[in-house]
Amino acid sequence: MSKILVIADHAGGQLRKGTLGVITFARQAAARNGGTVDIAVIGHNVGGVAQALTGYGAGKIYVVDSAELAKYTAQGHAQAVAEVARKAGATLVAACASTFGKDCMPRVAVKLEAGMASEVVGLGSGAGLTYVRPMWAGNVLGEVEIATPVHVVTVRTAEFDTAAPAGAPSPVETVATTVTAAALKQRLLEFRPTVSARPALTEARVVVAGGRGLKSRENFQIVYNLADILGAAVGATRAAVDAEFIENDYQIGQTGKIVAPDLYVGAGISGAIQHLAGMKNAKVIVAVNKDEEAPIFSVADYGLVADLFKVLPELTEKLKARKA
Amino acid sequence: MKILVSAKRVTDPDARIRLKSDLSGIQSEGLEFKLNPFCENAVEEAIRLRDSQGGEIVAVSIGTDDAATELRRALAMGADRAIRVAGNDAELDSDLVARVFVKIIQAEKPDLVIFGKQAVDGDSNQVAQLVAEYLGWGQACFVSHPEGSAGMTSQNPGLKVANGKVVAMREVDGGAEIVEVDLPAVVSADLRLNEPRLPTLPNIMKAKRKPLDEKTFADFGVTPNVKVKTVRYANPPERKAGIKVADVDQLLDKLTNEAKVL
Repeated sequence: MSKILVIADHAGGQLRKGTLGVITFARQAAARNGGTVDIAVIGHNVGGVAQALTGYGAGKIYVVDSAELAKYTAQGHAQAVAEVARKAGATLVAACASTFGKDCMPRVAVKLEAGMASEVVGLGSGAGLTYVRPMWAGNVLGEVEIATPVHVVTVRTAEFDTAAPAGAPSPVETVATTVTAAALKQRLLEFRPTVSARPALTEARVVVAGGRGLKSRENFQIVYNLADILGAAVGATRAAVDAEFIENDYQIGQTGKIVAPDLYVGAGISGAIQHLAGMKNAKVIVAVNKDEEAPIFSVADYGLVADLFKVLPELTEKLKARKA
Repeated sequence: MKILVSAKRVTDPDARIRLKSDLSGIQSEGLEFKLNPFCENAVEEAIRLRDSQGGEIVAVSIGTDDAATELRRALAMGADRAIRVAGNDAELDSDLVARVFVKIIQAEKPDLVIFGKQAVDGDSNQVAQLVAEYLGWGQACFVSHPEGSAGMTSQNPGLKVANGKVVAMREVDGGAEIVEVDLPAVVSADLRLNEPRLPTLPNIMKAKRKPLDEKTFADFGVTPNVKVKTVRYANPPERKAGIKVADVDQLLDKLTNEAKVL
């Protein structure tokens, strides 16, 4: 029987939706061996985050709310996560494979003398808890066994359905932390948020992505225009980000964000392996590229071999006309 | 300043990796190997820091005899010496790699350790963080250049090291963080930290004479047990081949009436 602890991902006092994918993962893991699921919310002024999670049937919601954790550091947050994990008697600690989870959870694993599996996409087929995770940019799936009593995982939340509320409201238990910011060897000096009115890339139902074929930062406007008429998030390839057509926060791929929207539209994207790793689980893939040999067509449900500078504005106008 | 950097040998990041038909491992026939792209950024950053502040760069890899090729590349880029610890990827996990690095760091006493943020084969993205925690050090992971490509001149490191601290810009969900970490510190490099140089022919020749120490786990008193083991491989589900549409009208029709996503 496992005691599973889900570490909530949040920003600016708001729950990040990926956490609900981790809850789905935790429910699946618990179903394997009659385990239980608890949730931990760690930070400062996080009462609203805990409140948002009370309806998901967790046995308990542990809340660590301390001014010493107001500014995120891997060192401080890992200490607080490990403290709660010990308090909860957790045998499996799971967080989103977000930049928070990737940065913080390995340190938690060291503190708990645990083995860690990164970017888990599913449970293995064996009787015990094993974890399936992508390797080589998702070209291979590996099933890993963890030999330590405690397991730590980050979960690729795009691979799991968003958990629906279920069960009785969870009791909240406040937990103290020994973290003092002054004792840490690292400090957050400044956070520079990406400002966008569009949906978050990892949470959007529709994603419109642009690649090197856009040719310039100015030209990306036609991607924004199409995204806006679709209510979509905007994404980009590493090449487009490297060329500074758009900020790094929008990068989709092996080392960027992993998306699995209902509809993905890729324009001017050749389909490098590391980009495909980030979007090939979209339900419907549309590719627009003037090079009919572009590898992205091998994963596209609907390919249009054409000049994106003609197609994207035409698509935007026709969608606009439909709406009107 | 003394800097230790990782220099892992990985499968060609642009190659489409496939499993053998019996699923026992990847098809290695005809496969090329390269220095991990993120480690290239780590080596490049170390060179920029050394060239602006003085010091020494030690490049480290855990791997088979062949891993010496990528260490020589790091030396040809500009690292001063290298250490290879004999090991086989199939028998390692991130934790064991981290424990070996900890022992090397305790012996070498660098001021700064720069890792690539992840190796493009295992894609685990753990070693830098594990090492920092084992040592009780601060970390700055997924670091890019705060001035963007305009700042990526060979004279201008993205990491600012002064007064016993490193200041760096981290790429995070929802934006960027500016962080300060006390030295000694661990950093993990993202691709937009710098533009790694290509080694010149004279430097490739010079690198052949630079010291490359061969070590074993036993030399560092590390027991080669692992916590995490890959027990099975599988192919990811294949997507069905799609169709080509003739124009925007047909695309809209398909999305509306066939895929029903509009």
